[in-house]
Amino acid sequence: MLTKRVIPCLDVKDNRVVKGVNFLNLQDAGDPVELGTKYSDSGADELVFLDITATIRSRKTIVELVEKVAENVFIPFTVGGGIQTVEQIDELLRSGAEKVSINTAAVENPDLIAEAARQFGSQCVVVAIDARRAEEKRNKWKVCVKAGTESTDIDVIEWAVKVENLGAGEILLTSMDADGTKAGYDNKLNRSVTDAVNIPVIASGGAGKLEHLYDAIVDGGVDAVLMASVTHFGNYTVKQMKKYLADRGISVNL
Amino acid sequence: MIVVIDYDVGNVRSVCNAFSHIGCEVKLSCKSEEIRTASGLVLPGVAAFGYAINALGLLAEQVKEIAFDGKPLLGICVGYQLLFETSTEHGEHKGLGLIQGRVIPIPPGRTVPHMGWNSVKIPKYMELLAGLGERKNFYFAHSYYADITDRDTSVAYTNYGFDMPASVQKTNIYGTQFHPEKSGQAGLRILKNFARICKRNTGKC
Repeated sequence: MLTKRVIPCLDVKDNRVVKGVNFLNLQDAGDPVELGTKYSDSGADELVFLDITATIRSRKTIVELVEKVAENVFIPFTVGGGIQTVEQIDELLRSGAEKVSINTAAVENPDLIAEAARQFGSQCVVVAIDARRAEEKRNKWKVCVKAGTESTDIDVIEWAVKVENLGAGEILLTSMDADGTKAGYDNKLNRSVTDAVNIPVIASGGAGKLEHLYDAIVDGGVDAVLMASVTHFGNYTVKQMKKYLADRGISVNL
Repeated sequence: MIVVIDYDVGNVRSVCNAFSHIGCEVKLSCKSEEIRTASGLVLPGVAAFGYAINALGLLAEQVKEIAFDGKPLLGICVGYQLLFETSTEHGEHKGLGLIQGRVIPIPPGRTVPHMGWNSVKIPKYMELLAGLGERKNFYFAHSYYADITDRDTSVAYTNYGFDMPASVQKTNIYGTQFHPEKSGQAGLRILKNFARICKRNTGKC
């Protein structure tokens, strides 16, 4: 049976891992290679590295980082942040990343998804969707871009279906409302998307307690749960999370 | 020296990194001479089947000849799929035909790609998977699978609503649908097993 995945996310800025609340108040959380190795050793199923500066200068740094991580970490990892072209995707995959995550560029140029899927295969194309709740009662969410700073008029569910049709292999779904709050994932959002698509969905934003992981999998129907702050600061280890899920009857890779 | 065949598909570096990590001499190469003198060959691959077989080009014949001669060959993911006769991924394509079977889509009714860690039931007699107990989880990422019809094979299965081949052996030809280079300690163990098989074959790793 395919297991549910636990995926630590490492936000990277100037070669360091950082964590903030709603993308603000960034705190230093450690060295990316060291943390990546630590998570891999402690049973993480995958890792996500997100270049949150995503400037031209940081592009070179992130490629070097990917190379270093790939020499030390033997589980799959995804790289995201500011990726705009097929050439950039090619470079990151060649450097040792398993998958790339695209967000703003996919919204601005949906063909990028199709092109990347054709060239590299769907399994390495993750589309990150940042969702902000539009109307409380009607369960509607709009797509946000540029690290959550700009809202669009695009409906999240429609966009999710479209990226699947274009060839995305996975959706990394972040609730901008829940992100950094540690109050739980937005499982109405998760359920709406998992019901609409047939590709794997990773829930992101809001993890604070062990039960939040269970709820996202059972109520939200997601294939994987992603978290940042809960793991970097040692509240729970990945092993504890998986043990908890296993005890509640969820199939995990222990 | 194990040679990882360099044929312009994604993420060959991870396979080399993993062999280096376990202390094995490894080289990424597309040179005939190096492929010929290698102790074993690895055919990696992250790409669509048609793209991969075209990218392999003229090397395909050499890989086939060497495999017939008895040199250990390990196919990984799309490299594993290339070992079979045909694939229907984006059109009809011919593979290397080293093992009888065809590569077809994972049937509907489940999430595709089959992505993540799934449990593989390990048969006692498969040397590539030796030392891993009865079951182990490995990392998969694929939308097509090999329907194996060759009777001269040993096959290890995973379950994804049906028993799906996850690893195969036919004499000196080995393959894994999953990624041993991305499957943590259990995956590294498989690469060690392959290195040992190569060493036995030639007397050196």
